[in-house]
Amino acid sequence: MSSGAALRHVFLASLRRRMATALSLLAIALGVALGLAVHLIQGAALDEFGRGMRLVSGQADLQVLGPRAGFDEALYVRLAQHPDVAEASPVLEIEARLPGRDMTLRILGLDVFRAARVSPTLLPLVEDLPSQGDTRFAALREDALFLSSAARAALGDTLDVQAGLRIARLRVHGGLPGVGGGLWLAVMDIAAAQQLFGRIGQLSRVDVRLAAGVDPAHARVRLQALLPAGVSVVTPEAVASQSVELSRAYRVNLAMLAAIALLTGSFLVFSTQFLSVVRRRQELAFLRALGVERAALMRGLLAEGATIGTFGSVVGVGLAYALAAAALGLVGADLGAGYFSGLTPSIAFQPVATLLYVLLGVIAGMAGAAFPARAAARMAPARSLHAGGGDGMPGGTVRWRALLLILGMAGLASIAPPVSGVPVFGYVAIALLLGAAVLVLPGATRIATVALRRADGPLTMRLAQARLSAVPGQAVIAGAGVVASVALAVSMLVMVHSFRVSVDDWLAIMLPADLYVRASGAAGSGHFDAEAVARVAALPGVAQVEAVRFDTLRLSAGRFPMTLIARPLHAGARLPLVASDDWSNDGRPPAWLSEAAADLLGLTVGDEISLPLGGRAHAFVVAGIWRDYARQHGAVALELDTWRAMTGDQTVNDLALWLQPQARADSVAATLREHFGATLVEITTPGKLRQVTLAVFDRTFFVTWLMEAVAIVIGLFGIATTFAALSISRRKEFGMLRHLGMLPTQIGRVLGWEGALTALVGVAVGMCAGGAIALLLIHVINRQSFHWGMALHIPYSLLGGFVLLLVGLSVFAARWAGRRAMRVDAVLAVREDW
Amino acid sequence: MMKHLGWLLVLLACGAGGAAAVEPLPVFPSVVAGRGMTFPADTGAHPDYRTEWWYVTGWLKDDQGGERGFQVTFFRVRSGIGEGNASRFAPRQIMLAHAALADPATGRLLHGERTERAMAPLAGAAQDRTRAWVGDWSLALEDGAGHGRYRAQASSENFAFDLSLVAGAAPLLNGRAGYSQKAPDPLNASYYYSRPQLAVDGTLTLHGEARKVRGHAWLDHEWSSAIMPDGARGWDWIGINLHDGGSLMAFRMRDAQGAALWSGGTLREGGGDARRLEPGQVVMQPLRHWRSPRSGAEYPVGWKVDIDGRQFELRPLMDDQELDSRRSTGAIYWEGAVRLFEGEREIGQGYLEMTGYAGRLRM
Repeated sequence: MSSGAALRHVFLASLRRRMATALSLLAIALGVALGLAVHLIQGAALDEFGRGMRLVSGQADLQVLGPRAGFDEALYVRLAQHPDVAEASPVLEIEARLPGRDMTLRILGLDVFRAARVSPTLLPLVEDLPSQGDTRFAALREDALFLSSAARAALGDTLDVQAGLRIARLRVHGGLPGVGGGLWLAVMDIAAAQQLFGRIGQLSRVDVRLAAGVDPAHARVRLQALLPAGVSVVTPEAVASQSVELSRAYRVNLAMLAAIALLTGSFLVFSTQFLSVVRRRQELAFLRALGVERAALMRGLLAEGATIGTFGSVVGVGLAYALAAAALGLVGADLGAGYFSGLTPSIAFQPVATLLYVLLGVIAGMAGAAFPARAAARMAPARSLHAGGGDGMPGGTVRWRALLLILGMAGLASIAPPVSGVPVFGYVAIALLLGAAVLVLPGATRIATVALRRADGPLTMRLAQARLSAVPGQAVIAGAGVVASVALAVSMLVMVHSFRVSVDDWLAIMLPADLYVRASGAAGSGHFDAEAVARVAALPGVAQVEAVRFDTLRLSAGRFPMTLIARPLHAGARLPLVASDDWSNDGRPPAWLSEAAADLLGLTVGDEISLPLGGRAHAFVVAGIWRDYARQHGAVALELDTWRAMTGDQTVNDLALWLQPQARADSVAATLREHFGATLVEITTPGKLRQVTLAVFDRTFFVTWLMEAVAIVIGLFGIATTFAALSISRRKEFGMLRHLGMLPTQIGRVLGWEGALTALVGVAVGMCAGGAIALLLIHVINRQSFHWGMALHIPYSLLGGFVLLLVGLSVFAARWAGRRAMRVDAVLAVREDW
Repeated sequence: MMKHLGWLLVLLACGAGGAAAVEPLPVFPSVVAGRGMTFPADTGAHPDYRTEWWYVTGWLKDDQGGERGFQVTFFRVRSGIGEGNASRFAPRQIMLAHAALADPATGRLLHGERTERAMAPLAGAAQDRTRAWVGDWSLALEDGAGHGRYRAQASSENFAFDLSLVAGAAPLLNGRAGYSQKAPDPLNASYYYSRPQLAVDGTLTLHGEARKVRGHAWLDHEWSSAIMPDGARGWDWIGINLHDGGSLMAFRMRDAQGAALWSGGTLREGGGDARRLEPGQVVMQPLRHWRSPRSGAEYPVGWKVDIDGRQFELRPLMDDQELDSRRSTGAIYWEGAVRLFEGEREIGQGYLEMTGYAGRLRM
């Protein structure tokens, strides 16, 4: 027999073990599918997002942007006359509330004559001219609205929008032929928009096309000099990338979770391959005896891993595209996280990403096969040919020095700063901790079997303990996947639980009132005026009313704008403060920064911060830092009185109502609805808001849980395949036990004990690692990604249930895998000594 | 003249029919006979009226003796939209401007255009005296001394001009003391005066090369609320500076069959008084046609003109002076420099406008 034929024989035989191979393949497929699906969905969302941004900015070289609530239109006149500027196009952007519909519509108020020369894709096409009267300038009519095709299909021909506290009926007079795809957008005349939404004299943006030969970088500097504080000149590309960057940490986190699923798949390949090497050790030794080189043997075994990886990847890619399409329909492009609302992207074939993930799958397969292949190549042929040789399992010694080194590195990685907003070293620390957990596994198994040894224990248990302490490597192979998946599941459980409890506590402080009435957000079309606030205060049952004003602050041109919240703060008592200082003797007015704002600006309590309000810079003292889970880009809170004194702005977005003791929230709510019209204001109780917030929270983690579940299933596969393979290689052992009078059920119980012990050790080690990883997630990953802190809360009962479930499933997996061993003919098994 | 209506076509619109106008149109003042005119106040804008234009056409000669036609026009339109809107952007008044250069070496017109809502200081039309502007394009009566000096500035991709236009005489009132009837119904009329024989001096920049130019020009200023009669398809108009110092303005409104619905004009012979031309005194007959290779429209580029018994002939500076402004105003028409002959003697130079040859004009 030639060595080539022999190799083929051996390796074909290995692939014939369908069950184990299929499971490894599936594990890799799932890892690839999850990773690629997340990538595809986000690629689609970002594409659509970028397209929308490009479309809206048109051919503008620069954009002049201010707070969401707008800036003085006189700036536009100044810009339009500047010699650097060829064309300036003013834009008033309104996030219009649509009463009776649970959504807003983005309306751009444009000067069509100007837009024609800067962003022609936004030009409206008039389709219905009035049959009488002046038909010219039809696009300028005050009630004329033009909708993108996607918005038009859903909204129809007339549209009610909220303006302040009344409803205005707009007519759809045509479309926006330049705005294709799924983008939701509306255009109307800028004068009509200013009038309708009570924004006379204000603009949100000026798009600028520079004169020929003017250098954009120099022009930016010259134009910026014309602008008041809080209004910046930026390139459209920078605007787009600021928004994209905001979601980057979230996207990286999802990609990391997918990578972990793939890693678990790799562990499974390791288990399968190792066992298949163990099973074939005599065949492999025979091949070596026939003269097959070590390198050739190793290549063959690596090729097996690569084959599994390749097929797994191919299946995974198919799955990924199906999954991505399904997820887009089900939870939306941002996977429930709220970054890309208003987009309806579609999944496109992404060749590079697809190839990359196929490659990752192949690498995962080969990486899993590498260690077993090396072990096989190192075997001494003569010893292995002897039938009574050991299993060739990895030893039970723990390499303490390596372990300490890894833990030390993990410690160092955990204190390293993020790399451009992504906690790269945090993830490195997690990977190192996982490695350490696998390394410690044999030692832990030995300790566990010794600790659990009881002379009066059942025979089957003692047999299982004997086996495990004799061959601790078995625990490594069966348990590696379990450790990894348990560690990750536990860490996520702890982190998410901590997060959820912290969010809940945060809500309690953020929502102290009995009832909340919202007209709309900063650039929204609904708002209260002073008279409406007074009316609310006078309603029966209302004890106290506090107003809230939202806006945005553009603290620098290069940064995504921060949220500004102006409301009565009672010297900070109304904020979930994590740090504060006595500022009462400070001459400067106080501002409270959210954790994200403090992180991003590098400020702490007592520092000075300059805030551009009403077009002028004002010096504030940082009076405190508060926890904020709602605004990852940062938020600044001010006393409402300070805001009003500095800006003269009396507009109110939200009202917080405290009720008189005997008043009932629902009856006051009913009065309010009667007063303002049922569709014009949203009235909620803190309870309802809490419910909605937590629902959003849970939805955000839906994908996370999905991935965790996959990781755990893959881990269980590990136990099942290990025991399935071992039960075959241990046929002689079981045959001997049968000869000694053991019943098949008792052998099954031995296997069950082994499974339980293996799982218990795996779970225990996994939990320790998971606890450590949870701390990394809370204090490093979340802090660096999203800039928010949280308090540690451990979900004991949830974790307990999880452990029980996992150990139970492991027993089941081990017994089910060992079923064949129980059925084996005892006589035949013992005789099979060749 | 009413040629200017060509500009005022449906803006940014396609198709017709559909919903009724929801905004009630404002009441535009009617044009009635006997109002008279006061200067310089009436050289300014009359924003209550629906449409108004200042229309400059003329001939330029450079140092090398090269002759070119030029035209620059500012329109003001009261849109009827946003009358009650406090926004500075309220589009109550729209300013449109067009400029064109007839350069025989190019063989066809070079042109540029601007449209803006009136919003000081970016675009608008002053009321006290002529000053109409859109961005850096402007036409202004700068000097009220003597009979007045205008300055016209316009620039586009291929050309730019900055011209001084000096009037040698008082404004010439068309029709009856400035009341110019356009159709059998006396409601179809405008207030209309002309400034013929403006002496031109300035700079013309063509393809980046600046040159001194001199010449003569014609300014029309006309405002109205209801000018175009039903059933009209288009019109033909001329404004000619006569070499003897006089001027000739004549027009005819055509129906769908090409027959004249109405015609009229003003003739001032050198040194004499202006004479109003009644419908029967203006007869225009096509002599020679030219077909546009772009639009396929056929224009009568040579004309026999009978003014109160005197026979004239119009010959174009070049045949192709078709202007395609479908992308902005929707109209295709012919607007070009012409010479006026009596027998074989050139007796004047001016401009000819022909609308409604490439499909009916829509208003």
